[in-house]
Amino acid sequence: MRIKLKVWRQKNNADKGGFKTYDLNDISSDMSFLEMFDVLNEDLVRQGEDPVHFDHDCREGICGMCSLYINGKPHGPKQTTTCQLHMRSFKDGDTITVEPWRAAAFPVLKDLVVDRGAFDRIIQSGGYISINTGGVPDANEIPIPKKDADKAMDAATCIGCGACVAACKNASAMLFVSAKISQFALLPQGQAERKVRAENMVAQMDSEGFGACTNTGACSAECPKEISLTNIARMNRDYFSAKVGSDNV
Amino acid sequence: MSWFSEAISSTLGRKLLMALTGLFLIVFLLVHLIGNFQLLANDGGESFNIYAKFMTTNPVIKTTSYLLYGAFVIHIIWAVLLTFQNKKSRPIGYAQTAGSSNSTWSSRNMGILGTFVFIFLVIHLRGFWYEMHWGGIPTATYDGVEVKDLYTVVQQAYEQWWYMAIYVASMILLMFHLAHGFQSAFQTLGLNHPKYNPVIKSIGLGYAILIPGAFAAIPIIMFLQSL
Amino acid sequence: MKLDSKIPEGPLAEKWSKHKFGVKLVNPANKRKYDIIVVGTGLAGASAAASFGELGYNVKAFCFQDSPRRAHSIAAQGGINAAKNYQNDGDSVFRLFYDTIKGGDYRSREANVYRLAEVSVNIIDQCVAQGVPFAREYGGLLANRSFGGAQVSRTFYAKGQTGQQLLLGAYSALSRQVANGKVKMYSREDMLDVVKKDGKAVGIITRNLTTGKIQSHSAHAVVLATGGYGNVFFLSTNAMGSNVTAAWRAHKKGALMANPCFTQIHPTCIPVSGDHQSKLTLMSESLRNDGRVWVPKEISDAEKIRKGELKPTNLPEEKRDYYLEARYPSFGNLVPRDVASRNAKYVCDEGRGVAKTGLAVYLDFADAIKRDGRDVIESKYGNLFDMYQQITGENPYETPMMIFPAVHYTMGGLWVDYNLMTNIPGLYAIGEANFSDHGANRLGASALMQGLADGYFVIPYTIGDYLAQNSYDKVSTDDEVFIEAKKEVEDRIDKLLSINGEKTVDDFHKALGLIMWNNCGMSRNEADLKKAKIEIQELRAEFWENVKVIGTNDELNQSLEKANRVADFLELGELMIDDALDRSESCGGHFREESQTEEGEAKRKDDEFSYVSAWEYSGPDKPETLHKEELVFENVKLTQRSYK
Ligand SMILES: Cc1cc2nc3c(=O)[nH]c(=O)nc-3n(C[C@H](O)[C@H](O)[C@H](O)COP(=O)(O)OP(=O)(O)OC[C@H]3O[C@@H](n4cnc5c(N)ncnc54)[C@H](O)[C@@H]3O)c2cc1C
Ligand code: HEM
Ligand code: HEM
Ligand code: SF4
Ligand code: F3S
Ligand code: FES
Repeated sequence: MRIKLKVWRQKNNADKGGFKTYDLNDISSDMSFLEMFDVLNEDLVRQGEDPVHFDHDCREGICGMCSLYINGKPHGPKQTTTCQLHMRSFKDGDTITVEPWRAAAFPVLKDLVVDRGAFDRIIQSGGYISINTGGVPDANEIPIPKKDADKAMDAATCIGCGACVAACKNASAMLFVSAKISQFALLPQGQAERKVRAENMVAQMDSEGFGACTNTGACSAECPKEISLTNIARMNRDYFSAKVGSDNV
Repeated sequence: MSWFSEAISSTLGRKLLMALTGLFLIVFLLVHLIGNFQLLANDGGESFNIYAKFMTTNPVIKTTSYLLYGAFVIHIIWAVLLTFQNKKSRPIGYAQTAGSSNSTWSSRNMGILGTFVFIFLVIHLRGFWYEMHWGGIPTATYDGVEVKDLYTVVQQAYEQWWYMAIYVASMILLMFHLAHGFQSAFQTLGLNHPKYNPVIKSIGLGYAILIPGAFAAIPIIMFLQSL
Repeated sequence: MKLDSKIPEGPLAEKWSKHKFGVKLVNPANKRKYDIIVVGTGLAGASAAASFGELGYNVKAFCFQDSPRRAHSIAAQGGINAAKNYQNDGDSVFRLFYDTIKGGDYRSREANVYRLAEVSVNIIDQCVAQGVPFAREYGGLLANRSFGGAQVSRTFYAKGQTGQQLLLGAYSALSRQVANGKVKMYSREDMLDVVKKDGKAVGIITRNLTTGKIQSHSAHAVVLATGGYGNVFFLSTNAMGSNVTAAWRAHKKGALMANPCFTQIHPTCIPVSGDHQSKLTLMSESLRNDGRVWVPKEISDAEKIRKGELKPTNLPEEKRDYYLEARYPSFGNLVPRDVASRNAKYVCDEGRGVAKTGLAVYLDFADAIKRDGRDVIESKYGNLFDMYQQITGENPYETPMMIFPAVHYTMGGLWVDYNLMTNIPGLYAIGEANFSDHGANRLGASALMQGLADGYFVIPYTIGDYLAQNSYDKVSTDDEVFIEAKKEVEDRIDKLLSINGEKTVDDFHKALGLIMWNNCGMSRNEADLKKAKIEIQELRAEFWENVKVIGTNDELNQSLEKANRVADFLELGELMIDDALDRSESCGGHFREESQTEEGEAKRKDDEFSYVSAWEYSGPDKPETLHKEELVFENVKLTQRSYK
């Protein structure tokens, strides 16, 4: 296949950056999208040019590191991760535009690499159950209805990739945050800190500069793990009831 | 009250205000529509004018109308805040977006739709509401009671085709605003349940089409009647 | 050097309790006077760092990804073992211990493995309390499955994403400690050296991957939890960034590397599709419960299939060779990983492999679909089938799936004693980075167990023993030892950047991978290994003369990151070959062609090789010195594995 790649190049955060176009002539449709970039980068290095930097690690669709905005959509035309996208999803002669995630809370570090530390900080603000190692009850002590456990699992599958933020016209992180809040809200273990967790995580999310949700649903439509919008509704409920009912004045 | 100000200034709180005021406006629109149907009563405006008088003098209604103004003001101010904050969350935009593949057009353009609705409101309020309250409008007397003849004001307005056209166009935009807004308000309030979602969605869609449609029908009919 | 494994005295079942009682404790108020560095935030590292923080130590944690949550543990699919015996099917701590020792082909320490089985039960309790959403039965209790041919159902799982859920649990505990200020997290930070003073580990040197800044970090103890080195083969199921650098630099500072040649090759991976291949994807082992493995009987048929002239579905039954079922009638398609892998290699070597490359065998679900219906198969394996289709573009419901073995796990690693401390005082290794518990072969669902056992329940006790014997004084990062180590790291980077040769880092990595795969992979022999050793030496020499690394140190530079890692792989590769040469027996994943039974099965030589090989670095391009830790078996009887 022949592909024309229009890629965002930016030396570092201070650089203005711009698009650069590359022609690739010998692309196999069996390649993954990132392998196509590997081919480009090998060529660039051979020519003494700086390779295109992008984040990736597992290449199995689970670590959440890969993060390319391809032809106007996070992770490209399929609802999957960038690393699980294959060139057979494109046609010979296509022009493919590749951009980094764009959000104030995700500053570009270089080329297509962005800093998603904001997500870590949100988890640090309350995305856990406060127990120490040891001294916990037997795992089967509290039965959890299968339905609830399954729903919690569905929420917990979020890989923290940030595609929801990238897709959202408001660069809102609601889907990510609500998935974590929901996981714990659905489990008995999470009840003790349910309210304060919702309050703190939302506060942190806001202070990171993510936008507000206007319920467009793009996040869920693009989420590679199909995290549902019901999580956002649940977070809203939890947050409001926390604000009204919690002891925090 | 710091928790309160914190709550309403958070992204979620802003949305909450949008949703609550939005729903309030939705209820208002229904009531307003029922009242306005009296314009079509074919009694030379008698029932409409009496209704209008009742609406502007009854103390209960008056208090609610202050609530209504408040709702509008909050809805609009917060809409502006929200839209600008959201813009700020993505200072550098994408070169290419494929928005229509993952979300509806109206959901992505609530701000613009709202702005047009706002412009409509200005025209609308200037034309009728201002006139009713402070304008020098003719009066009519029914059973010895003198009331302002708002009916005539309305009738005269709709005789102009362009005035009618602005109304119809605005109602179409309102339709889109509500097509997303109705169900969106429920999601914002956290009312999302697989069992009830389809119901909310269909009621929302029905409301978004029927109510602005019916509003639009009034100027059209009155315009046609004037021909 | 005398290797002291510090295995406590006493009966097997009491060793750990007694040892815990015997170790020195650090007074709670004094814990905050000690700093601990944890490199790696996978299951092992994250759980250790979080537990240290909870105890009150000051922790610095490092990972090279942009977030600790992305460590490679995230990719584990199948599950985690624990001797809970919730299913009432006869499981026990002793049975898990026994299975693990036997599965490891008797090349691991009894005491360590027993402890692992013992604490396995606490892991599940801990994870559930953290909110890990394990699969449950309708009654609300935890579900289990049997995994990797085990005779009992002791595997806990969370869909096909067990590693992810466990890691997110550990990550959440870690995040809590970050919020509490007890752990300082350094993401996108590569550890490039261990710093020693007076023989003890006192810190590390790192490179900030965003700015290139080389930094020194001082602490009272250093814990390496940096995962496995399967990427020495270039193609493996490991993440792209998985590397040996941290462990290798420790090795070069004197830490012994144990059993480096013990590699696990997983039989059910998606085959290579072409030269562009950058990594291999694992398909869960559970597929072998229902799929039947076969290749054509005739080479000519295989050729036609490879050329696309014949469809596998059109090949009649009598022309297919269900080779696992034929050779191992009692285990059939469920033989252990190494056996399944090796046999796939043999049939492909014979020219009967399928796929364009000839390097694949079929895993056919047609019979299962006929027997149970498509719905049942879909509910069991739906997402695996989807993943397969996404990657290969073929529909496994209609045409048989193709699989081929791939490097998956490295049992070898840094040598550690019972306390998980390497032979360098103050330097610990946990998780896949150490060699401890899996012998010559790891059982499915046991790596997650080991990582969490080490991090949550072993090292928090044993590290105190060391710290309690050390003063609160910390070596300053201005100390000579830091300055020197930092300079070494900087010089090496300068060297890499200045070569400016012709070949890319990947060129070298691929060449190395090929040498390793062909000669030190599923089946090894003396002649090939010797040849490979020379090839690696030549390749390494060429690397340092002809590699091309772009850019500077002071920026985000992925080409430099890779070069740093591949340089270490080029050294490790040779040691793996040495180790494979030394061990002229077959055991577990290590199959020496010279040591097989008449039927071609692996043959262990217990009288000669019942030891752990621990290699000591002796200087650049010098042969390493082998130390042997004899393995003593008091509680199990050594038997040859048989799956006939
Ligand atoms: C595809 C796949 C499936 C698997 N499935 C299972 C399964 O079902 N059950 C099971 O029990 N096991 C499974 N395993 C094995 C298991 O996942 C791993 O052995 C285990 O997770 C390793 O954990 P770890 O904490 O030791 O290391 P890792 O999770 O690999 O973590 C390594 C950490 O070290 C850091 N690091 C590495 N080098 C450096 C450096 N130089 N500087 C700074 N930081 C560094 C990394 O950033 C990372 O945080 C599977 C493995 C693979 C590849
Ligand atoms: C009769 C008039 C109006 C009605 C009935 C109405 C109704 C609604 C409703 C129900 C919502 C959804 C709230 C939510 O999602 O939680 C909404 C949102 C919004 N409205 Fe209005 N609105 C009206 C007028 C306006 C005006 C005049 C403006 C602008 C100046 C405006 C701007 C917005 C914006 C920006 C949103 C945000 C989108 C969102 O949150 O989904 N609206 N409106
Ligand atoms: C096309 C049909 C409509 C007609 C004929 C109509 C008519 C009127 C009239 C006559 C008044 C003055 C009544 C008074 O002051 O007591 C009025 C007030 C008002 N109208 Fe409308 N209207 C229409 C549509 C709308 C729509 C779509 C909206 C909202 C988006 C709207 C919002 C208002 C508001 C806010 C007031 C002031 C209410 C008050 O003072 O309580 N109207 N309308
Ligand atoms: S919610 Fe979905 S899109 Fe967002 S971070 Fe999680 S997995 Fe990625
Ligand atoms: S796309 Fe954005 S607007 Fe809300 S529903 Fe998702 S966060
Ligand atoms: S690289 Fe891990 S999800 Fe894509």
